[in-house]
Amino acid sequence: MSHLGEWEVVIGLEIHTQLSTQSKIFSGASTKFGAEPNTQACAIDLGMPGVLPVVNKEVYRKAVTFGLGIGAEINKRSVFDRKNYFYPDLPKGYQITQLESPIVMGGHVEIVLDDGTSKVINVTRAHLEEDAGKSLHENYHNQTGIDLNRAGTPLLEIVSEPEMRSAEEAVAYARYIHQLVTYLGVSDGNMSQGSLRCDANVSIRKHGQQELGTRTETKNVNSFRFLEAAINFEVERQIGILESGGRVIQETRLYDAVKNETRSMRSKETATDYRYFPEPDLLPIVIDDAYIDAVRAEMPELPAQRAVRFVEQYQLSEVDAALLSSNLDLANYFEEVTAICGDPKPASNWIRVELLGLLNRDDIEISESPLPSAQLGKLIQRILDDTISGKIGKQVFEALWQGVARDVDDYIAHEGLKQVSDSGELEAIVDKVIADNPAQVEQFRAGKTKLMGFFVGQIMKETQGKANPKQVNALVSSRLND
Amino acid sequence: MTDWHSKTIKEMSIDLAKGEYSSEELTRHFLKRIEQHEPNLNSFISTFPEQAISLAQQSDEKRREGNSEPLLGIPIAHKDIFCTKGQRTTAGSNMLDNFISPYDATVVENLKTAGTINMGKANMDEFAMGSSNEHSAYGNTRNPWDLARVPGGSSGGSAAAVAAGLCAAATGTDTGGSIRQPAAFCGVTGLKPTYGRISRYGIIAFASSLDQAGPITRTAEDAAIMLEAMAGYDPKDSTSINQPVPSYSAKINDSIEGLKVGICKEYFTDGLDRNIEAAIQDAVKELEKLGAEISEVSLPNTKHAVPAYYVIAPAECSANLSRYDGVRFGHRCEDPADISDLIKRSRSEGFGEEVKSRIMVGTFALSAGYYDAYYRKAQQIRRLIKNDFLDAFKEVDLILGPTTPSPAFKIGEKSNDPVSMYLEDIYTISVNLAGLPAISLPAGMAQGLPVGMQLIGSHHSEAQLLNAAHQFQQQTDWHLKSPGLANAGTTEGKPL
Repeated sequence: MSHLGEWEVVIGLEIHTQLSTQSKIFSGASTKFGAEPNTQACAIDLGMPGVLPVVNKEVYRKAVTFGLGIGAEINKRSVFDRKNYFYPDLPKGYQITQLESPIVMGGHVEIVLDDGTSKVINVTRAHLEEDAGKSLHENYHNQTGIDLNRAGTPLLEIVSEPEMRSAEEAVAYARYIHQLVTYLGVSDGNMSQGSLRCDANVSIRKHGQQELGTRTETKNVNSFRFLEAAINFEVERQIGILESGGRVIQETRLYDAVKNETRSMRSKETATDYRYFPEPDLLPIVIDDAYIDAVRAEMPELPAQRAVRFVEQYQLSEVDAALLSSNLDLANYFEEVTAICGDPKPASNWIRVELLGLLNRDDIEISESPLPSAQLGKLIQRILDDTISGKIGKQVFEALWQGVARDVDDYIAHEGLKQVSDSGELEAIVDKVIADNPAQVEQFRAGKTKLMGFFVGQIMKETQGKANPKQVNALVSSRLND
Repeated sequence: MTDWHSKTIKEMSIDLAKGEYSSEELTRHFLKRIEQHEPNLNSFISTFPEQAISLAQQSDEKRREGNSEPLLGIPIAHKDIFCTKGQRTTAGSNMLDNFISPYDATVVENLKTAGTINMGKANMDEFAMGSSNEHSAYGNTRNPWDLARVPGGSSGGSAAAVAAGLCAAATGTDTGGSIRQPAAFCGVTGLKPTYGRISRYGIIAFASSLDQAGPITRTAEDAAIMLEAMAGYDPKDSTSINQPVPSYSAKINDSIEGLKVGICKEYFTDGLDRNIEAAIQDAVKELEKLGAEISEVSLPNTKHAVPAYYVIAPAECSANLSRYDGVRFGHRCEDPADISDLIKRSRSEGFGEEVKSRIMVGTFALSAGYYDAYYRKAQQIRRLIKNDFLDAFKEVDLILGPTTPSPAFKIGEKSNDPVSMYLEDIYTISVNLAGLPAISLPAGMAQGLPVGMQLIGSHHSEAQLLNAAHQFQQQTDWHLKSPGLANAGTTEGKPL
């Protein structure tokens, strides 16, 4: 933004990430996304009289994994609290969360900005809590539908210090957290299904001013693009208010992606008193050093570690290694393709140039790639072992992408794309081309060696591109130089 | 008319084994007594006669197949705070008048597995908040010893039903005395175990850190049999204790020679009824005869127990009762204008006055700016009270005192005086705050009404408590006394 002038932007993010557990945080009900409403809500999720929560051990293993991933202190005795408020999709009338003793305290991440500079962002805390259900307002004729499938889904709320100074930094931080939680297997990171949602606390102040300005909290932003847009909108709105002599009101706002604006949800000045108190139905989560060490021992490789390994193990350039390790699914895809075709270089090239090009063009995640790693690996293998030419390879790639081809070998066989490497067959074709073009043969022998390409082209045409180019070159040159 | 209903579980179990009568006959006998006396007592919110008979027939069948579990075929009642699958479970509230539980509480499941017959759901103060059963939405239960008096509460229906011989035993819950005080008022034995000994899963929550289920029986020996079936670790309750359940009956006949019993001096103060005090002094003498060593102990923070309790329990209940919002189950108001109206009106209509006042007190105590002064302070007092007990238990094995400061009071007598009502629990509340086990047992009569003596033990000392209580009952016959009870429609009491 060019017109910030004297204003400094201050951003802190609260990121809610859904932990990828099979069952809910306090019940055995499934967390699978997309089921029929209320089919994945048991008596506990419904807040039936008499039911009690029991902590799913998997959630604190994941929280500790995340904490270790950002170099945080793991709280060996973390406590659940009740946060009280009435809402129709909050079955118990309180949310079980962690207020005073969160499981993860401190920690930091290093973000890299587009201009190549890097910056450390400190994390204040990360705590466990349960998600609420959903209120559905459409198609209910003046009534509200309640879907409690999501109620009790485990969340890790990651709270940053207010250390980001632009939407770009905020997005880089959010992307880093997204990359980290997916890498660590803490969350599936599926943003369209709400697995990662950001609340952005935004305020502005004059450069050099010590105290923070009044902030607003824009809630539930579920894409990086929206996050950037929402912050930029909010910064401009606040500048507009302050420059016209107004006062920013501390409030909760909602981002409307259709209108690209944020609007007021409720004012903090009339905010609910959540009346937090320790959850008497649950004991504190007590963990010891042995537990933390065991989690540490099972920590998956972090993105930066993987990039270093890619350079060492596969001799990739640092830029390529960084790109291919930037996303867990992509990094796995690359290693799968390499394992099949046996050569990291073409694997890297095909993925970066061909595959990512199409994925970006069509806005598809690598995890949803229409081209499975096994097929791309086999395709590259067939080029390397001279079964097909590189040019035919691109044709097969296109067919796989479009779903015309399912299996590389079947497709090559079915379409007759195998290179003609049979020397007898090729010799016959070469002889025929030489016989058919006496004028060109004359010119070639008179010294116009550039015509080599013409003969090769004619032969490729005769073989519909299937002739092995190296072999063709050798044959033509031996015949013409006789 | 037979006297089967005045037998103990232990005796019934022997009779059933010998074939003196069948569980079906026993069940029909109790059903008949319920029919006779319920109109006067109102100790049940629901009864299940057909189901009870069918269960009794099944248990007779099991007995023929060789099953001889001590509780097989024994008719009991559950306080209506325990969720029972497919049955209405109201917690004494209009809010849950239409609530059919989709599941069984762990206690209900455990007692079902042990072979008991569920006769019905016992009346109680709404959401277990009360000491008189006057706060039930289903009318107050009357004390079988004097129909003009309260049975105590909140497990008043359970205690009255056992005292009147309408069932062999009943379950109760005790948050601040709700098993022991009605047991004392009705002349029966009531045990509140160590917090966490019995699963809370399926018990409609009042104050989660204090609630604990327990049995109400005619004798300590029966309490031991019931506790063995009810207790145990439950993975569905994170606060339940993961320790094996000992055989409480096994040590019940041991001598209590040398048992160190402390008399808590803070329990014998001005508010204590003189007749009760005299009865307790006599009971102490009986224990001395049995070889117990009596000494005085001090629990200096006793006076802070009631105020601390009336912060912590309402605070927890204010959250526990938030789920009753008219959205998913329970009472929903007619034609709500919007969501706020739906929640406000459903709750205003569904809850009774006592429940509402406690929700408001608890909400206030947790509010921003008051939390430290009330909730945090109360938790500090709670720790002091627990420490008092831990110190005392370095000196003595059990602590003895009256269960209540006065015998059963008249219906309506304390309705307009909540503080005097709250003081009913002055001797029982600190036990819940400390999470200790305690038992109330009949120890005399005052003006024709039963007197309860309370024995308090250290954590997990149920076996010792039951042993001492059983030995006392071997020495005395207070627990064998039955109320004179008129049949419905007559006003004259006559001995049973």
